[in-house]
Amino acid sequence: MQPPRPANGSGTSTPVLAPGHTFGSITDKISSIVLARKTTRGWMLGLAVSFALVMVLFASLGYLIVRGTGIWGINAPVMWGFAIVNFVWWIGIGHAGTLISAILLLLKQPWRTSINRFAEAMTLFAVACAGIFPLMHMGRPWFFYWLTPYPNTMGLQPQFRSPLVWDVFAVTTYLLVSLMFWYVGLIPDMATLRDRAKNRAAQIVFGFLAMGWRGSAKHWFRYEQAYLLLAGLATPLVVSVHTVVSFDFAVAILPGWHTTIFPPYFVAGAIFSGFAMVLTLSIPIRSIYGLQDFITLRHLDNMAKIILATGMLVSYGYAMEGFMAWYGGNEFEQYVALNRLFGPYAPVYWLLLACNVISPQIFWFKRFRQSIPVLFVVSLIVNVGMWLERFIIVVTSLHRDYLPSSWDMYYPTFWDWATYIGTIGLFVCLLFLFVRFLPMISIFEMRALQSEVQGKEQTT
Amino acid sequence: MNAPTTVPTLYGLVAEFDGEKPLIHAIETMREAGYRSMDAYTPYPSHAVSDALDFKTSRLPLIVLIGGIVGGLTGFGMQYYFMAIDYPHNVGGRPLNSWPMWIPVTFELTILFAAFSAVLGMLALNGLPMPYHPLFNVERFALASRDRFFLCIESTDPKFDLVETRRHLLAAHAKEVSDVEN
Repeated sequence: MQPPRPANGSGTSTPVLAPGHTFGSITDKISSIVLARKTTRGWMLGLAVSFALVMVLFASLGYLIVRGTGIWGINAPVMWGFAIVNFVWWIGIGHAGTLISAILLLLKQPWRTSINRFAEAMTLFAVACAGIFPLMHMGRPWFFYWLTPYPNTMGLQPQFRSPLVWDVFAVTTYLLVSLMFWYVGLIPDMATLRDRAKNRAAQIVFGFLAMGWRGSAKHWFRYEQAYLLLAGLATPLVVSVHTVVSFDFAVAILPGWHTTIFPPYFVAGAIFSGFAMVLTLSIPIRSIYGLQDFITLRHLDNMAKIILATGMLVSYGYAMEGFMAWYGGNEFEQYVALNRLFGPYAPVYWLLLACNVISPQIFWFKRFRQSIPVLFVVSLIVNVGMWLERFIIVVTSLHRDYLPSSWDMYYPTFWDWATYIGTIGLFVCLLFLFVRFLPMISIFEMRALQSEVQGKEQTT
Repeated sequence: MNAPTTVPTLYGLVAEFDGEKPLIHAIETMREAGYRSMDAYTPYPSHAVSDALDFKTSRLPLIVLIGGIVGGLTGFGMQYYFMAIDYPHNVGGRPLNSWPMWIPVTFELTILFAAFSAVLGMLALNGLPMPYHPLFNVERFALASRDRFFLCIESTDPKFDLVETRRHLLAAHAKEVSDVEN
């Protein structure tokens, strides 16, 4: 049995679910977005624009395969340019989805229920975008399978002492576990859509995906066990993934990278940027699809608080980097710190401090945590800030390391930008398809939430 | 009412309720009357319902534990074999079995195998995918995925009797009782 808890959480009076709903109205409202709502012009336009950007991505990748990585701005000494910046940025965004669906589930936070489904979808799409970059950065992406251990005529094996190989295992595991978590969560909702679909094709597709789910109490029992176990497994996994990503840097002996603070600082940054992305997506979705009853101001307020908290953790990371550079007394570390503050990339660094350290401070005030325009603008600023942070980490450490004779500048090219914007197009395009063809809010979990709210009302 | 000759082809009788509490009450009534082969169908997971059915344990946690252990052993063993036996690579005289470096991949494979065991184990124990089930023949059963609660007394129960069981279900405040054709 679950311990009793107030259905609308502690302290605030804004509920996680607007009053006046029944099991039927919740089911009808969410499933009708998929089954009954007509395809709107706005949706078609959005899909068309994002699909055009997907074509930009394909063109950039095609040209890359033909010409090689020379079309990007990377060269000695900065061999990790946009590709690694974008990889870390995308994978970090994905982390909020797992955090919402797994960690908040284990912590029994009822407010996660209406945002977990599309946060998980966001995770999957972000990881898909992330995966493109290291793959294409290899130069000969058609040999990607050399990263996996398999019996081969070359008599070679991958180097398991390298964080880059750990990364392959961490990101692949993350993608597969996120996919399973998402699909398992969808099974009962697929059954709802199967039972409510009017046209034959929808019945067959949703029926196939529901795998014959019929809501048996015995099935639910094992289902909940599996779901909780998956959440318990995904929680350490999500921490390990960004830890391994930070090892890509921290295990190297480059000044500015070789620090022990990187794993926790990367994980905090990932959650920070991921929650900003969830806000960026949920604000337009709830107003376009009229879901204000399910994604209430309470959700937005809580997410703003998490952004504030993780923003402070990230700020602590920046402060510690500076402090350790001074306190450690290593002249190369000291130079990296000064170079970030006053070197050729200094404007980027100051902008990142403004975005990540200053802008979230506005969320100390409840008035701004409940103001939709402020939330939306700050979430965009944080997204940009976290991208700039990864740019600073990757580029400033590489472009001036130990030997001044090998120093050089890094400038992104047209193809760097085209590939990056192309992945944003892919992400948005997949989201457009998702909100049209799958229930973007977990219907059965909303029904369970409703039964809790009802139980609460009856006992008080 | 079906003729007695059709009884063997019947999966059972399904009763409809409009809430969780009436369903739990009916389960308790039917269990007191001696019925055991039954299952309840609800629009959301409810421990109160599975408790009433006396369904309290499953082998799933054990399966996941075994999956995790197998994954961990696979991860470590694979790296040990490749790096120390199959492709030994001497880096400055350091030990070939540099086990601290195997931890990240061992950890990831532990999680991966355990997660696959959780999902595939849950589906296997539940007997899914199962595209056909007799209950889908009952038209109103589609509401089990919306807002209705169902209790099915299966014909395999020794106490099952078309007339008596229906009477019991109606006495337990079922809104409607339907035959479930096989």
